[in-house]
This record gives sequence, structure tokens and C-alpha cells, in this order.
Amino acid sequence: MATIKELEALEEIETGKKYSRTSLYKDAWKRLRKNKLAMLGLLIVILLILIAIFASLISPYNPIERIKEDSSLGPSIKHFFGTDLLGRDIFSRVIYGSRVSIEVGVIAVGISVVIGLFFGALSGYFGGLSDAVIMRVADIFFAFPYILGAIAIMTILGPGIVNIFIAIGILGWASIARIFRSSILTIKNKEYIEAARAMGASNNRIIMKHIFPNSFAPIIVYATMNVGTAIIVEAALSFLGIGVQPPTPAWGKMLADSMSYIDVAPWMMFFPGLAILITVLGFVLLGDGLRDAFDPKLK
Amino acid sequence: MENNKLLEVKNLKKYFNLRSGFLFQKFTGSVKAVDDISFFIKRGETFGLVGETGCGKTTVAKVILRLVPQTSGEATYNGVNLFKLNSKEMFKIRREIQVIFQDPYASLSPRMTVGDIINEPFEIHKIGDKRKRIKKVKELLRVVGLNPEHIHRYPHEFSGGQRQRVGVARALALTPKLLLCDEPVSALDVSVQAQILNLLTDLQKEFNLTYLFIAHDLSVVKHVSDRIGVMYLGKMVEVAKSEDLYKTPLHPYTMGLLSAIPIPDPELERKRKRIVLEGDVPSPINPPSGCSFHTRCPNAQDICSMEEPELRDYSKNGNEHLAACFFAGKPIV
Repeated sequence: MATIKELEALEEIETGKKYSRTSLYKDAWKRLRKNKLAMLGLLIVILLILIAIFASLISPYNPIERIKEDSSLGPSIKHFFGTDLLGRDIFSRVIYGSRVSIEVGVIAVGISVVIGLFFGALSGYFGGLSDAVIMRVADIFFAFPYILGAIAIMTILGPGIVNIFIAIGILGWASIARIFRSSILTIKNKEYIEAARAMGASNNRIIMKHIFPNSFAPIIVYATMNVGTAIIVEAALSFLGIGVQPPTPAWGKMLADSMSYIDVAPWMMFFPGLAILITVLGFVLLGDGLRDAFDPKLK
Repeated sequence: MENNKLLEVKNLKKYFNLRSGFLFQKFTGSVKAVDDISFFIKRGETFGLVGETGCGKTTVAKVILRLVPQTSGEATYNGVNLFKLNSKEMFKIRREIQVIFQDPYASLSPRMTVGDIINEPFEIHKIGDKRKRIKKVKELLRVVGLNPEHIHRYPHEFSGGQRQRVGVARALALTPKLLLCDEPVSALDVSVQAQILNLLTDLQKEFNLTYLFIAHDLSVVKHVSDRIGVMYLGKMVEVAKSEDLYKTPLHPYTMGLLSAIPIPDPELERKRKRIVLEGDVPSPINPPSGCSFHTRCPNAQDICSMEEPELRDYSKNGNEHLAACFFAGKPIV
């Protein structure tokens, strides 16, 4: 597919004329831009990613450095979000904590999308026995409570951030697989697929060039929403002490550490909690907006 | 004579098995979509295949293209039985047999530009380099009457007729010899239908194409076909030269179909007696005994429900005129 685009670019350079291209993704972007909530979600997501990348530049203190004389202080100019029991700056810790959340969100969901797409394609395109087996296995995954499954896998693998990626990645594949399968089923019998087969296109080509681009929109939507879920699960695991291990700052762990002091030092719990809330809200709003933007019925 | 036939289909059958139940599926019958069909298409001619919706016309095309496996029978293209080829040999022959689909809204991928769509056959068959391909794509757009500048547009930016032209361009890309047109105009407006039909006839002259032209409407087929085959419930009931079929239809079903074509003259239209076929097409799962048409045939007699009539040649002027009816040519009263 790239060939035409490349040639187009070549021609644009040679002849100096510009081609206007309108694609369905562009249409979706137009609709997304009109959706204020979705744009808020996008803004939150972009800000978060920037914060996670530039955490070391933004945070005023080292997140694991203990400032003994400043322990358990409320929010002030010196420490925006206050300090915790050990005298660590909560603002810096919340900023660094975004790294864990974004990493988990992106990498774990990436893993589940890869697994889900593979099995979804297998089950939707080829059907038959593989379809039956894969979908029954997916049913088992659906029947399992998400957090419980994550706890089970984490107990087997042991704590640590890489194991969180794996646990959440493995647990999330089923929904992606199912969505991909269903969109394949609707697209598979379209005449343009038959046209491609009549031309002699291979299965690989049909999946990559025809089915994939035409069923990608719902995958993007669900992946975005799954990022929110993954972040919550990571927070829950860290809260339970089987996720990210100290001293790495993670929002869930910060909640767990400060839970006993909620009546005397509510800020210790308030800010990491708020961070989780805003992050998840951002991804869900964006996912919602994307779903509306990709909906062809709105055209 | 044998050499003259580009495509010959012999005793083609396609049954779709019905199963019921989950896990332990049992065979509960079959839909006889195509039931023992034979016909041939000569080089450079247009063979029209007509019949009601659901009579198996499209399945014939799909089986020839090997998009669905045949149940039995053979399709000989240029002396080669298509069903005996391995996938490599079939891949080569696919260049020569292309298809135009019915629904121009479903036959073009909405995520690809028109250029990419027409370029795809070149990519699949690794023909030419990038520069040659883009030239060829633009030329094809010109050939089918589209603006080559529109190469970067997406299908949804075109009208139905224009989209069908894109479909035609894609089918022509590999310079096929045989084009299977699966109801290429039935999804289009009447005025656009004429344009596409004219385009197809012009292209036939220009590129020396052979068409299998499938339609459910005899008036459309009449314009383009040299010979016509009429299908009913998966069976061929009449095959004849176009003029013969129109002037002297032999099978009562053909007579019924012909009588359904409106005459663009109200005076004549009011005077003529229309043959209205009663009832619905019987289910192809459970076709009627004997002649499958006897349930709706105004001429039906006892023998029709007991024995199945064979396709027989009733030609008078030397041109083959086949019909499967015990009372072929008997006028309907």
C-alpha cells in the first residue's frame, strides 16, 4: 500500500502539486476534535505521558530521598503535596509514580493486544475447531475476576514490574481477541475480500491489508479503555503489596502506605488517589470519544 | 470447434451441507445451489446467465473462481480443468479470469484509495515496478472513464456508478481473457446501468474479452449477450442464442421471465397478455420431484412431477437451442 503514497510524494515533489487526501481516520479525527470531553481525555493522556517522560525535570526532589526534618508535613510551598512519614516529597513521588502507571498501561495493554490480535485472527478468519477452542478459553478468562486472576498470576511469578506487565497482558487478551474476531467475521464475507481472493491474494495479505485496516478502529478504542483498567489493576496489586516493590514510587503502594493515617494526614492518600482517578478518567474519556468518532453510523 | 470454447462447465454441482447442533454436528440435508449444470462460453462472446435470486447463478461464478469448492463436475478453461490445478497453477490462471461484483459498495475496501485498489493486482502478481504501476493504474482509470486525478480518493467519495467503474478497472488490471460479471449493474440506477453496460461492451471490443454475464433481469442480459442460459433452482432450463431465446422461448419459465419485461409503450403494454408465475420459488433444500418447475408451471401435467426432463436440442435453424421441458415450445394459455 505504501507504494502509491510514496509515488504520490515523488510526484508532488516533481510536479509541485498537492493531493488532498481524506481518509476515514481523518474523518474520525475531525469528529473527535468536536468532542470536548474526548479532547479533555486526550489532553490528560498527553500531559501524563509528558510528565512521565520528563519526571526527573519536573519533580523538585528525589522521590526516594528522605528529608528527616520535613517528615509528615502538610501541603506547602516547599512541598506542594506535603511529605510522607519518611519525609519523602509526595509531589515528586506522584510525578515519578506516573512512570509506573503509564508503563504498565502501555506495555501490558500492548502485550494483550498482540496476543488478542493473533488469537482473534486465528479464530475469526480460519474458524472451525481453532475458533471453538480459542473462544472457550477466552470464556474461561472472562469468567475469572480480573483482580483475582492478576493476584493468582503475581503469586506464581512473584512481585516486580515486569511480572505485572505479563500478568495484566495475559489477562487482557480475551476481550481484544473477541472484538477482533467479531469484526473479522463481519468483514470476512465482504465482496472486497472475495475480490482479493479472486486476484490470488494470500491469506496473510488478506489479513494484513484488508481485514486489519478495516477492523482496527474498535481495537484502538478497546485498547485505550483497557489502559485505564490496567492502571487500576496495577494500583490494586501495588496496594496489596504484590506489585511494584518499594522504594520505586507507585500510586497504589502510596495509598497502601498512607491508609492508616487517613484522619491525621489525609494528603498522603489524597494526591496519589487523585492521580489514579485523573489518569483513568483521561483514558476512559479518550476511549469513549474514539468510539463515537469511529462509529460509521454518525457519518 | 473444441478450441473455440474458452470455458466449458460440465455437470457442475455445488451442494451446501446443512448441519445442526453444537460440537456433535449432524448432517441434516443439503442446499442444492448448483445442481448438474453444463454450459460453455466461446471465445469473445458474452454468455448471459439469468435466473431468480437464489437460483445459484452467483455460486456458479464463485465455484469457477474456486472461491468455494465444487461438489462435483469440472470447469475447463482453455483446455485445463480448473478444479484439478494446484494452488500455484491456479494463481497463474487467476490473472486470466477476473470478476466484477454486484455491489460496488461492498466490493471496494473502504480503507484503501482507488489507486491502491487498482494497484493491488499488480502487487499480488508482482507486475512492473512502481513507476510502471502508477502509470498503468492511471491508464486504467482513463479506460473506464474516470479521472486519473482521482487516484488518491477513497471509494466513499464516489457514486455507485463510479465505484463500479473502479471495480471494472481492477478486474481489467491483469488483462484477463475471461470476465465473470456477477450482476454488475443490478445495484445501480437504470441510467447508470446503461453506462456501465456500454462500458462493458466497449471494453469487450477493445480488449477482446469473453464475458460470463450474470443477471436476474432478462432485459439487461438481452442487450449484451450472444447466448443466454436460464437457470431455475440450480438447474439450467434453457440455453439458446439470444435472438432465438427472445423470439421463440421454449421453456415456460423463460416465457414467464420474458413476459415480465415491461414494454416501453403503454399501448402495447396494455394489450399484451402477461404470464404471471404463481407462487414462490420452492426451497432448494427440498426441491420438487421431477421437473423442479412443475409446481409453478401453467403447462404442468402428471409426467412433470414424476420424471425429470433432460436438456434437449430443439434447434430449427441450426443454432443450438436447448430446453429441459417435456412440452417445450407449447404456448402458455
